[in-house]
Amino acid sequence: MSSLRNWLITDTPTSRRHAQLASFYHGWLEFKANRLALLGLVILCLLVLIAALAPWIAPHSPFSQDLGNRLQPLGSDEHLLGTDSLGRDLLSRLIYGSRITLYIVALVALIAPIAGLFVGTVAGYVGGWTDTILMRITDIFLAFPRLILALAFVAALGAGIENAVLAISLTAWPPYARIARAETLSIRRSDYISAVKLQGAGALRIITKHIWPLCIASLIVRITLDMAGIILAAAGLGFLGLGARPPSPEWGAMIAEGRKFILDFWWVATVPGLAIFTVSLAFNLLGDGLRDVLDPKSNK
Amino acid sequence: MNNSGIDINKLNVWFGHGEDRVDAVRSASFTVPNGGSFGLVGESGSGKSTILRALTGLVPDWNGAMSVAGETLGKSRTRNFYKQVQMVFQDPYASLHPRHSVDQVLGETLQLHGFKDVETRIMRLLDDVGLGPQFRFRYPHQLSGGQRQRVAIARALASEPSILLLDEPTSALDVSVQAEILNLLTDLRAEHNLTYLMVSHNLAVVSHLCQQIAVMQEGDIVEILSVEDMRAMRTAHPYTQHLLQSSLGYVREENNQV
Amino acid sequence: MKLLDVENLKVSFPTRTGVFDAVRGVSFTLGQERLGIVGESGSGKSMTGRAILRLIRPPGRVTADRIAIEGEDILSMSEKQMRSVRGQRISMVLQDPKFSLNPVMRVGDQITEAYSVHAKSSRAETRRKALEMLEAVSIRDPERVFRSYPHEMSGGMGQRIMIAMMLIPEPKILIADEPTSALDVSVQGQVLNIMDKLVQQRGMGLILISHDLNLVSSFCDRVLIMYAGRIVETCRADALHDAQHPYTRGLLNSLPRLDEPRTQLEVLKRDPAWSEAPSVSGAS
Repeated sequence: MSSLRNWLITDTPTSRRHAQLASFYHGWLEFKANRLALLGLVILCLLVLIAALAPWIAPHSPFSQDLGNRLQPLGSDEHLLGTDSLGRDLLSRLIYGSRITLYIVALVALIAPIAGLFVGTVAGYVGGWTDTILMRITDIFLAFPRLILALAFVAALGAGIENAVLAISLTAWPPYARIARAETLSIRRSDYISAVKLQGAGALRIITKHIWPLCIASLIVRITLDMAGIILAAAGLGFLGLGARPPSPEWGAMIAEGRKFILDFWWVATVPGLAIFTVSLAFNLLGDGLRDVLDPKSNK
Repeated sequence: MNNSGIDINKLNVWFGHGEDRVDAVRSASFTVPNGGSFGLVGESGSGKSTILRALTGLVPDWNGAMSVAGETLGKSRTRNFYKQVQMVFQDPYASLHPRHSVDQVLGETLQLHGFKDVETRIMRLLDDVGLGPQFRFRYPHQLSGGQRQRVAIARALASEPSILLLDEPTSALDVSVQAEILNLLTDLRAEHNLTYLMVSHNLAVVSHLCQQIAVMQEGDIVEILSVEDMRAMRTAHPYTQHLLQSSLGYVREENNQV
Repeated sequence: MKLLDVENLKVSFPTRTGVFDAVRGVSFTLGQERLGIVGESGSGKSMTGRAILRLIRPPGRVTADRIAIEGEDILSMSEKQMRSVRGQRISMVLQDPKFSLNPVMRVGDQITEAYSVHAKSSRAETRRKALEMLEAVSIRDPERVFRSYPHEMSGGMGQRIMIAMMLIPEPKILIADEPTSALDVSVQGQVLNIMDKLVQQRGMGLILISHDLNLVSSFCDRVLIMYAGRIVETCRADALHDAQHPYTRGLLNSLPRLDEPRTQLEVLKRDPAWSEAPSVSGAS
């Protein structure tokens, strides 16, 4: 065990794979030191597990209605978290809803930063007119309030999860473009970029092989910290009836349904609200921990 | 012309336009013979590093004539130029990509120059600069300053250039490490018949490595002299005299004595 | 009485692979003199300077049998008492003025602020004192410098302003950590000259921390040579070139010299015994 540890923390790796594993382990050690970040990671791993195993762990179908058993309180027989206005089991809906949440998060996390990274690094590296045009487009997107812009997109594209994701991504990429551009501007001037230029490397190679790896670190940190906002935006669209359509158990839509009875049957809205809260918090904690590991500026 | 390593004639370099224009180099001319070593000394802002950057095409605005290994330089550099001319930067902490291992740095460079036998060449380069194979998979943060500079030199040697531009290659290093790097550079020049153009503020370092030395002050070359003249302090220009005096250490002013 | 008395100073930092000892039991004294501390990076010379001012941040740990300024022990002082010692009685000039001056504050405001923290006096009086100090560090047009921002100053000018700021409260000890290595050689001479003059006129003690052997041997009275957190040798500065310890000899021989050409420079061969040998006392 200790020999494996020594093999991993060595400063003298002996092969390509060894070097990668050692630097990964190094990051893990640093991440592990942050207890709260670890907690965030554990919560998110649980969420992924729950989403993957939903059909096996959910006690009921999320869609089966039982009008005789509507609005059951917390802890009632058969329904641990009670039932909603149509008698559907809240726990089961919550479990299936995690799939939708993860789906949204994963799609936005793929689209927005990649679009931002592409626009930002090209603008920063090429400069001149390209920079001006790309950044003015970014500014235009930044000038609209996020939810309103998303609303407009969804209204134009039609309600639905995919359109909600698209709308959120379209409003989320500009900040990433700005971060990527700022990083690129400082990296572009560094000696190691000059050095690789002197080897005759072209712009494409410099951007993808030399600038991207450095920008991606700070973008990953930023996107994990933004996740909470994205989940909330998705929930907000769901709440307004523009995201997931009923009877889909999307958490935001569930809150919207529970809103009608919030005074008499508070848990119907509160349970999905707590779920959103927990997952958002977990992403924030994770982002904090990742920043310690990945952000090149915080390195000693 | 053909036997000339580097030939620079009336080179002007400026930054900015109109009122903001700063003339970094004014009408600089010098020649470095093939296999020779030439030093540029001066204080910060004298334009010595700018000449190197103009040669390598890293500054946009210049006029005059530059030719390297018989090839006259235009606005852009050819692939052949990068094969012939390579540069070692001042700060080994800034000239290596923080997330690329030694293996990646050298491998990519060799690929860019179109070599096929990358594996054997990486090992030979590491050996050339006095680093063993155990350094191959390390990242920059696992190397000392001297080791980093060796990696940077290996990268510069990868394309088998005939000319090496050295921008203060030892000023960020401790004196004992400086000695190792200077020895390495001396050996490499002898082995590979390299032409050196070196920039430094340290007269002792320049005179150790170079045969001819140009002294620069605020963009002008004020004097070009041989290393023998410099060692013997035979200099015509007062500024050179002043630099030589200052480099000998602190001179206490008479009226300071209590 | 000695201005500064340091006994068995140790600085250590915990790391993942164990405790790293940056300074391992250093003892020396400082009188009204120019004391040089030389060594390579990682020798613990800068840490020694910072530890005396108690500027080592946790998790770094400083221990010593005794650190006394003019006979008064500062190890037992509270952080609040320490604040009045720093600046007032012992000051520090750092390597790069760019990082030591606040970029959005006028030079004059920074100097007067440094002064008014330590002494209560009228605005006009503070201003007069500050201008006087700028003049003392050979700034030709103090009124103009007083009104300008740090980025309008050259490196040498910035370093002179730093020295002026540090000397206004009239400390007894000045610690200068590589004060001239960011400067050009010709400016170096001027800055050193100013420090030299002020230190002598005011009877101060100066500790010059540097990696530059030539500079230390020509500027200082006495030199401590540090290696791996310990003092390996101490000698008179003008006799540095006749130093005995193989490490010091190795450093001197590895320098390229203008007056004697060599094809190969001597390379320092490190002997593990050097870092094991106990620290030499630097008491004068």
